[in-house]
Amino acid sequence: MDAIPALDLRALRKTYPNGVEALKGIDLRVEAGDLFALLGPNGAGKSTLIGILASLVNASGGEARVFDVSVQRERSRAMALLGVVPQEINLNQFEKPFDICVNEAGFYGIPRRIASARAERYLGQLRLWDKAFEPARNLSGGMKRRLMIARAMMNEPRVLILDEPTAGVDIEIRRSMWQFVRQINKAGVTVILTTHYLEEAENLCRNVAIIDHGHIIEHTTVRALLAKLDVETFVLDLAAPCTQQAVPQVDGLHLARVDEATLEVELPRGRDLNALFAALSGAGIRVRSMRTKANRLEELFLRLTGNGAEQAA
Amino acid sequence: MNAREQWVAFLTLIRREVIRILRIWGQTLMPPAITMTLYFLIFGTLIGRRIGMLHGFTYMQYITPGLVMMSVIVNSYGNVTSSFFGAKFGRYVEEMLVSPMPPRVILAGYIGGAMLRGLMVGAIVLGISLFFTSLHMVNIWVTISSVVLTTAIFSLAGFINAMFARKFDDIALVPTFVLTPLTYLGGVFYSIDQLPEPWRAISHANPILYMVSAFREGMLGIGDIALGPAYAVMLALLVGLGVTAERLLHHGRGLRT
Repeated sequence: MDAIPALDLRALRKTYPNGVEALKGIDLRVEAGDLFALLGPNGAGKSTLIGILASLVNASGGEARVFDVSVQRERSRAMALLGVVPQEINLNQFEKPFDICVNEAGFYGIPRRIASARAERYLGQLRLWDKAFEPARNLSGGMKRRLMIARAMMNEPRVLILDEPTAGVDIEIRRSMWQFVRQINKAGVTVILTTHYLEEAENLCRNVAIIDHGHIIEHTTVRALLAKLDVETFVLDLAAPCTQQAVPQVDGLHLARVDEATLEVELPRGRDLNALFAALSGAGIRVRSMRTKANRLEELFLRLTGNGAEQAA
Repeated sequence: MNAREQWVAFLTLIRREVIRILRIWGQTLMPPAITMTLYFLIFGTLIGRRIGMLHGFTYMQYITPGLVMMSVIVNSYGNVTSSFFGAKFGRYVEEMLVSPMPPRVILAGYIGGAMLRGLMVGAIVLGISLFFTSLHMVNIWVTISSVVLTTAIFSLAGFINAMFARKFDDIALVPTFVLTPLTYLGGVFYSIDQLPEPWRAISHANPILYMVSAFREGMLGIGDIALGPAYAVMLALLVGLGVTAERLLHHGRGLRT
């Protein structure tokens, strides 16, 4: 473990003028080189936290440090270490992607010659070079998101913060963005991302924190988090319709009929499926296919934030 | 950021502003050229002929410095309000706010860009005036310093307006209800010597009078206000507005929550 964390939050608080307490004293440490996911439902405080790191939101208390540089007290030095990709599109729609990137580098004091080479490199890596000299307003939503990533890379940050980077992006583009994120992380950039696509966190990230109502309620590795999942729900697609009476009882398993051709089973961790399939065969029910009901992390996430219970209620 | 990096950032902002001004020249450079040509035609040629001489100059010669200053004021103010508020509205102001640029560099970049537009428009209007009258230049240093100070003052005022603005109406209110009346009543078309009291005394509260007067003094050698008080007012406004704008930006008024 590196002695200096990429991100160190201590008792970070934010209360908005309308009295809303978005962050209630958050402590969080993200190690250098990590690929870290920050998860939480809408309104949990994720964007406020990122806003404080980007210096767009003033913290009400506590401290945020990037590689031991205080965002509050040494803003300029801290910002030089960061690249931020916001959730909302914030591009000058009349400017061209190349100019947007080169100008952004200029704001960091990077000379135009170096900035031009970087713009070509990052626009190329994010498959935008053929659009580099068209006004940004002509780009699709996915292209604009990739352009914001290219722009955030212009100062070659040590920490890249991505706030819902793949929201509304099709799967192909999403996967190419993941590939880029993995690539830059491999090159040593610490990546912190918030996402609603929990599959994204599961696939990309090593460590994760879950934020809810302004508190960090979980901070661990993705693997350790998934290990906490004690029950998984599987959906069984049947080869032929079955009645409610035909559904067998299996000790220790909750088997429910969703419709005439679909069953759902909740399987506790450590249990095998043999008894279930034996009972189904005995009842004359043939299973055509089986899949998990939800993304595993999503299931856990809903349980941790209590939204699963609300949804079930 | 060290001084060299700040200089690069400043030049980046200036370059972006100039490209913007030239890209939308139909909105930035063309309208003042047309408007001022009409002023020269109607006020200078048609009406001015009947007015006769004013302080030893034809009316056309007398109003030329005023019309140049009027276009400089309106355009330097308008440039920074539309550009900075546009960046706020489109949220790409965040490009600058998340960068290490100190507030004074952001301010200098926007003010520099707005001053360049004001001076470009001033030069265009001065060029147009040559089709109607001959150019007088009694003191080039007074002429240049007064126009540069005026563009800086109104660029700063426009920047403060843009910082407070939350919608497009907010950047139209000040030019319509404050700037235009003050400009028209600031000695552009007449000398305050022609006004009866108390209007003559009241006119001294209009800061634009001092700027127009200094510029006219530089070009024609005549003015309503002595150069000393005129420069004192301009410098006081420059410092006051500059400090206010820098403080507002430093605290992120309307930009940071």
